[in-house]
Amino acid sequence: MTLQSLSPPASESRRIAMGVLARAQRTELEASLGAHWPNLDCRVLRQPETGLVMLRGRIGGDGAAFNLGEATVSRAVIELPTGERGYGQVLGRDREHARLAAILDALWQKPETNEVVETSVLRPIRQRLATETAQTSAETAATRVDFFTLVRGED
Amino acid sequence: MYVAVKGGERAIANAHRLLADKRRGDREVPELAVEQIDEQLALAVDRVMSEGSLYDRKLAALAIKQARGDLIEAIFLIRAYRTTLPRFGFSEPLDTAEMAVRRRISATYKDLPGGQVLGPTFDYTHRLLDFALMATSNTEAPATAPHEPDVAMPRVTDIIASDDLIERNPPGVPGAEVADLTREPLSFPADRDLRLQNLARGDEGFLLALGYSTQRGYGRNHPFVGEIRLGEVEVELMVEELGFAVPLGDMTLTECQMVNQFSGSATEPARFTRGYGLSFGHCERRAMSMALVDRALRAEEFGEERKGPAQDEEFVLSHSDNVQATGFVEHLKLPHYVDFQAELALLREMRLEFTSKQNPETLEAAE
Repeated sequence: MTLQSLSPPASESRRIAMGVLARAQRTELEASLGAHWPNLDCRVLRQPETGLVMLRGRIGGDGAAFNLGEATVSRAVIELPTGERGYGQVLGRDREHARLAAILDALWQKPETNEVVETSVLRPIRQRLATETAQTSAETAATRVDFFTLVRGED
Repeated sequence: MYVAVKGGERAIANAHRLLADKRRGDREVPELAVEQIDEQLALAVDRVMSEGSLYDRKLAALAIKQARGDLIEAIFLIRAYRTTLPRFGFSEPLDTAEMAVRRRISATYKDLPGGQVLGPTFDYTHRLLDFALMATSNTEAPATAPHEPDVAMPRVTDIIASDDLIERNPPGVPGAEVADLTREPLSFPADRDLRLQNLARGDEGFLLALGYSTQRGYGRNHPFVGEIRLGEVEVELMVEELGFAVPLGDMTLTECQMVNQFSGSATEPARFTRGYGLSFGHCERRAMSMALVDRALRAEEFGEERKGPAQDEEFVLSHSDNVQATGFVEHLKLPHYVDFQAELALLREMRLEFTSKQNPETLEAAE
């Protein structure tokens, strides 16, 4: 399966999967790969490396772009023996995280392994992220201001 | 001018060894872990990331530890480090409207869609020292409350814009070049994209003082905080081989939308104007200051008289960078022996001339 053959919805679900892999902890990816594909064979197409991405903002939030500042990013590209190419790119300097994300991106594309990646790898990470987000939202909600107006009594 | 001077190598090596010792301090006190700085001095980390212009919490925390808490020194370390890395590209513009908001306040509307949430703030604290923190604190868990999922929080400026009461932001042109002062040296006149990049990494103290000066009358523009929001935003990078933008993770941003006094003309009805501030991490004071200075620097655009330093683009942009500033100020410590000898010789000559004019006989007698 080549990327070009992916329909837009497929590339959108891959994009979402890549977002989960980027937000994963390295240990989560290590554990999943170790458990399900302990003897995985893959070829490194782009050695894991760390570099910079210039982050852009927009003037006023929605206007023309400006350069805000940079962030460290790590990336890697691998290929499975069956031809799927996996791309890993994550904020930070953890090159191993990028490599593991690339492997899982490739496995996600492979029809035989897609479901295992979705259910055994991504789902638990999604659940963890959802729990954390819910906790943060609940903490934030407790600081919501409920304005009330004091009535100035005239009589 | 300073000249190369040989010697002092052992003194320098020992001074650095002494510095390392002082950094460690009393060995009876546990050593500070980088994780502790990241977690417990988080706002110092945010400032170092902002002014170091590099989003990486661990690196900023390490820099703070190495610099013994001297934040400008830490910023310097971060700036130096970034030059060692290749650049992969540019992110897609960050979308602050899609922010997972942890704090959002407005000074212009009490009731607004999505409401106001205070989040973790120093506002309304009494600024009394908390001596309980002298001991190991037993901090209680934060309060929680039921929350509606996906509450829309439109930008306050978008609400004002829906009635056409505020100027529109300059629209982005696809493929248009974006100024980058890390590649091209600063030049004038500077467009707003270049000014914002400069201010985004500018020294907080400098921006604060300039912003304050506009409030005190040196370029007044009557600001309201339309909105301040803090939270997490997804970072996306276009990967050419894939043909779509890939999420890299989330980053924390603080955004300030300043709503300023009107501008209008014979052909345009009066509208509020804007100043914009955006910063890495939780840096509210710097985002607000940046917005004030951004608006002040637009004086010419609105035909306002330029009479304050904050309105002087060349002055502001040339002096906002604390790494450049500290480099030039601190270089005065380096040996200037030859320079000084020249000045000394000149001074002696002048004094001799002075003396000879005062008492011509003395000189003649000396000869």
